[in-house]
Parts: sequence; C-alpha cells; structure tokens
Amino acid sequence: MLEQKEGSQAVADAIALCRPEVICAYPISPQTHIVESLSDKVRTGELSPCEYVSVESEFAAMSVAIGASAAGARPYTATASQGLLFMAEALYNASGLGLPIVMTVANRAIGSPINIWNDHSDSMSQRDSGWIQLYAESGQEALDLHIQAFMLAERLSLPVMVCMDGFILTHAYERVDVPGQEQVDAFLPPFEPRQVLDPAEPVTIGAMVGPEAFSEVKYLMHAKQMQALDLIPEIAAEFKEIFGRESGGLISGYRIEDAETVVLALGSVLGTIQDVVDELREKGVSIGALGVKTFRPYPLEEVRKALAGAQRVVVLEKAFAIGVGGIVGQNVRLALSGTPIRVYDVVAGLGGRPITKRSLRGLFAEAVDDRLEPQTFLDMDWDLVRRELERTQHGLATGPHAESILRDVGTVAARSH
Amino acid sequence: MPYQQIKFYQAGSFVAGNRLLPPEERSVQARVERSNTLTSGHRACQGCGEALGARYALDAAMRATGGKLIAANATGCLEVFSTPYPESSWQLPWIHSLFGNAPAVATGIAAAMKVKGRDDVRVVGQGGDGGTLDIGFACLSGMFERGDDVLYICYDNEGYMNTGVQRSGATPPAARTATTKPVGDEPGNVFGQGKNAPLIAMAHEIPYVATATVSELRDLEYKVERAMEFRGPRYLHVFVPCPLGWGSASHDTIRLARLVKETGLFPVFEAVDGEVVGVSKIRRRVPVEEYLKLQRRFAHLFGPKGRPDVVERIQAIADRNIKRYGLLLDSETSADLPGEATDSPDTPLLRVLAEAERGPQ
Repeated sequence: MLEQKEGSQAVADAIALCRPEVICAYPISPQTHIVESLSDKVRTGELSPCEYVSVESEFAAMSVAIGASAAGARPYTATASQGLLFMAEALYNASGLGLPIVMTVANRAIGSPINIWNDHSDSMSQRDSGWIQLYAESGQEALDLHIQAFMLAERLSLPVMVCMDGFILTHAYERVDVPGQEQVDAFLPPFEPRQVLDPAEPVTIGAMVGPEAFSEVKYLMHAKQMQALDLIPEIAAEFKEIFGRESGGLISGYRIEDAETVVLALGSVLGTIQDVVDELREKGVSIGALGVKTFRPYPLEEVRKALAGAQRVVVLEKAFAIGVGGIVGQNVRLALSGTPIRVYDVVAGLGGRPITKRSLRGLFAEAVDDRLEPQTFLDMDWDLVRRELERTQHGLATGPHAESILRDVGTVAARSH
Repeated sequence: MPYQQIKFYQAGSFVAGNRLLPPEERSVQARVERSNTLTSGHRACQGCGEALGARYALDAAMRATGGKLIAANATGCLEVFSTPYPESSWQLPWIHSLFGNAPAVATGIAAAMKVKGRDDVRVVGQGGDGGTLDIGFACLSGMFERGDDVLYICYDNEGYMNTGVQRSGATPPAARTATTKPVGDEPGNVFGQGKNAPLIAMAHEIPYVATATVSELRDLEYKVERAMEFRGPRYLHVFVPCPLGWGSASHDTIRLARLVKETGLFPVFEAVDGEVVGVSKIRRRVPVEEYLKLQRRFAHLFGPKGRPDVVERIQAIADRNIKRYGLLLDSETSADLPGEATDSPDTPLLRVLAEAERGPQ
C-alpha cells in the first residue's frame, strides 16, 4: 500500500512484517524513531509474539541478540555511530558464531568531536567485522532491504547490517509502498537455525580455537560471506517477483553504459548525483553514476565490469580513513588495478555537511577535465584549516600530550649523541 | 528451606556426610542420576575451586529443572578449561560469547524461551569475578533491573586468574597479585571498600541473592535449588579458592573455603527481595591468620618482616562482617540480627551441625 511515511516508520513497518521474536535496542540518534515505533507495535500487540528488551547499552543490545539468535529466535536491533562502536566486540562475535542477526545502522558521524549528523564513518569502521553490509538509497529501498536482509542472513547464517543515512533517510518523509503481511510471509519463511541451544540436543557454542585451526575458521567465514555475492542478486530477483520492484542487489548503474566519467557512491547521495548526471548529460557530457548497494562482501568483479568502459571514476564517499584517505576509494582502486582508469577520491558530507548539486556540478566539471587531485575534500574550508595549522605552528596551542612527550624524548635523544 | 536431620559428620571438618542416608535425602552429587553437567576430562588445575563449584551448582540446577537448562558463560578460566576446541566438557546447551556480556546473552536466551512459550527451559549465566564484577557489571545490573528470568552465578576466586593473576574488583586488601605486588609501603592490594556484588545485587531488590562456598556443597546445592524456585533475576556468589593464583596447596581448597567463612571474611547468607533471610553461622570461629597463612599471596604479612598491622586491619574486616551479618551463634553478639536459628536442637553441637547441614534459615 502506498503511504506517505517517515523513513524510520517505513523501516519499523518492514521489521514488524518480518516477525522478529526479540527486539533489543538502546536509544541513539538518529536510530530512535525506528525502535520507538517497534516498541509501540510490541506494546499494543500489533507485533506478537515478540519480546522487546530495553537494554542498558549497545554492547548489551548485540549480546541479547546473540543469545536470542543462538536460542533459535529471530532478533532485530538498530544503532548508529558511537553505539555501533560500543558494540564492536559483539559484532565480531556475532559474525564469528555465524548468527543471522539483522541490524539497522542509521549512519552517523563518529566523535570526537561529537556530531550527531550523517556520514558513513560508523558502518565503514566495521566493514571488516564479518557482517554483510547493505546501503539503502531511499526510504523505500531501506524498507525493502530489511525484508531481504532477514532472508539473506538466515540463508547464510550470517549477520547483516542495513545501512541507511541518518536523518536524510531516517527522518525524511517520502512515498513508500508498504507490502502486506501475506506478501512478506510468502517471501520470508520462519527462521530455522543451523545450530541451536536446546536441552534436547545439547551443543557447545563458542569454543576456543588455537593456531591449529584458527586460520581455517577465519577463511571459512570469508568463504561463507562471499557466497552472498551470488545470493544477493538471487534474493533481489525473488523479491521482485513477489513485490514487483527492483531493490537491492550488488551494484546499480545509472547512465553508465557509454559514460567516460562514472561517479561511484553509496547511499542516499546517489539521488543527488543522478540529478546532476542528468543535467550534465543534457549538456552532452558523457557521465553516469554507479551505486554500490552491497559493500561487504565487496562485489569486486561487478565493480570492475561496470567501470570497464570508463576513463575515470569519481568516488564520492562520506567517510575518511585518517592517515590514508578514502575507504571506498581504496576498494575501487583494488577493483581497477591493472587498468588505466583514473580514480579520484572525494571525501564529502562528513558530519552532515550537505552535498549540494551546485558543489557536485563544480566537482564533476573538474573531474571531466582531469583537474582533480587523486584525493580531494568537497567544500572544505581551506582558509579555516590553514589558519588553525598556522596557529598551532606558533605554539599558541599546547597540542596533544603524545606530541609534547615526543618533543621531550627528541631533546633527550639529541643530547645523548 | 528443606530440613535435613543430621546423622553423620566428619570429625575435624564438621562436614556433614550423607552417603548412609536414604537416596532421596542425599545431595545431588551423591545421587547416581546426577547429570555430570561439567564432565570429567576438562583442563582445570588440581584443586580448582571454580570447577568444583560449577559442577555442583549446575548439577543442582539441572536436577531442579529436570535437565531443561541452557548456560551462557563469560570468557575466563571456566570457559577456557572446559572447551578447548574441538572438545567440550559441557553436557548441557552452552554458549560462550564474550568476557563482559554473559548476563546479556543469558537475557537473550531467556527472551527467546519466553517468546517461544518454553517456560520450562531455564537459563543460567555464569562467570568469574572479573567477568561479573568488573567488565560484565553493566550487563549484570541491566539484567537485574529488567527482571529477566536468569540465574547468574559468579565464581569468585578474587582475581583475573586466566590472564595470569591480576587484581580484580574482588581482590581482597593486601593480597598479592601480578598487578598488586608486595612492594612499597602498602604491600599487596589496596584497602578499599571493595565491590560487594551480593549487596549490590540485593540493592536491585531481585527475588533471590545468596552466597556460598565450595566447602559447604550441600548448602550450595540447596541455594541453587532454592534459586530455581523463583522467577526473575537471581544471583548466586560462590567463593572458589584458586590454588594457582593464591599460592595455596591444591589439597587446601576446601579448607580455605571453610576458613574464609569461619573467620567471618566471607559471610554466607541468602536474601529474598532485597532482605537477608538467613545466614550460615560460624561453627568454630578462627582468627584470620589461619586463613591467610595458607596462601602465598599473603606471605608478605607474616615472618620477620611481617605486617601484623595489616593482619589486624583484615581481622577488623572479618569482625565487622561478623557483627553486621550476625555470624556468631552466641546470642549476645548476634542478637537482633537476621538469621537466628528458629528451632532448638537438643545439644549445642547438634544445633551447630544442623545449621551447617540446613544452611541458613
């Protein structure tokens, strides 16, 4: 049914339709509206049977999900930002134990400095945690991906993170098609765990593994996650059959067939990019956009194939690996290694800075002319940066302790020679 | 509390025996149908108090639940020595997730059982003092506060033994650990107020809180069985000596567990809905030296360069416990304190033994 809904409400509706049995969550913006809505649904009996557990931290949220999943129930949780980091240890545990937990990440920046607005720093920091990562482009796709995520998680017995841009998707109202319960029931069978804590058949889960088998166990986790590269398109096709629309998949191209310049991105910014692509196409510029819907497992071959005809790729990413540069950009370079395709990495939209069409127009114009540096920052206030760098150079700031200590050590070392 | 008439006891230790009792009166461990939940072949050290405590506690829980039990285990000695891949000593469904999340994992299992209508299946969370009092404390408190149907058992050996005997929030004052060595003016661990987990559990007003030691195993079994009569969060704190970490002889594990109670250093009691309803009385009061001298972790307090002043401070802790919990049978010192015996066996000795066998009232 077509409804005008907030993204969070749409996701909450989708979750409820998937009949989770245990919901465990800790409040953190911008995830709150999803779990508030689910709490209502459990309290009113709209979602039943389901246990809503108000946990004392995100670490506990993931731990409750681990216990529930290992005991054969279908769990759901949602988090963002610091919350995702706080559950990091449990994330690795969930994937290592092969538990099919579905979690929404309402993407938000990571502090310090504290910032509640959107970027992809949080989920990108956990890209190697063994979780499958799907990135939604719209509220509708967020809704759809959650339904697919349960199926994907349970077929592979692996946890799945559905990442949706905080505020931009979680708090925006748009028209969404909310499926009926019969449709979802027809698509998603009840959860059948691969291994379950059951007194009738006692198993030990979570044994200690030493050097004799640890590498093999880790490789098997990788091999299992890589199966998702085949399964995700299959599930998207099954989804289309029942729900009648394209959603999810590994990657999604927009006017890339003959494009000399391709802009690659994840999440909601793809909409803005596509608008600018349309404008530039009208002016005769050969440009297209490539959305990466599945970032883990990384669809390396698909990315490579999709970009094969391009001369240059602009990777527009909302994350930044301090000390290196772009994160998605590294992955794109990996896919394009050995090809002459130029990769421009652009860090944009950190901490909620809007990514405007105007800025993108300028950026793409520079890219098309190959005037971009390999690593750039969209709309960076370089004057501000330079002023601060200069100020600290003159010793007006005390600076971090580590550097002060290093200065002292340097003096001592100089004396001894 | 089930009353068991004392018939036999061991000279010296005052441990009540039950092998000559009718089968139905015997302890869980003395019954042929005991489940051996933590079965033999695991890799615990000789004289490990934790292995002993866990076996008795879980066998009693298995009996109380008709074998319908699931355990969530924190990282630590108990986890490591019981599950070296691909072997396992556990004969019940058992999961190890992380160091600090056993109470929350247990909550998840309990939630799954509830939603599936399996209220016949009960859940136990367990871990050492580090996993419980330190790194897992937030999860434990959350589990208590929410009222989740979990029995959490802490096996307290007063330190991080699995990582090489470092100080935990449960390490007693003056004790030597790898991070509180007997050097400097204040040798060993600091004198702080400590972290009294049973009292903190009681402050949550959960249905049942109890302490026990591995010297009085019948009492431990009773408390597990009693805990299983309640729904909601329950907390059992079991004192388990660690020969490796404490520098004590393997054959002294039971003796130390007995002495810690007989000195008053570890009050053995039970509480319902946040109120103490019974204490195990001291049978034969001993000074703390008798307990401390058996452990090399306190060796710096004795000998020519000893610290009688520190021993005195430890004795003061024991004395305070004795007063606070009413641990003595003497009515003059324990009047108006909870846990007074309500029945009067014929002779003082029988009365003492009855207390011991019955556990607290």
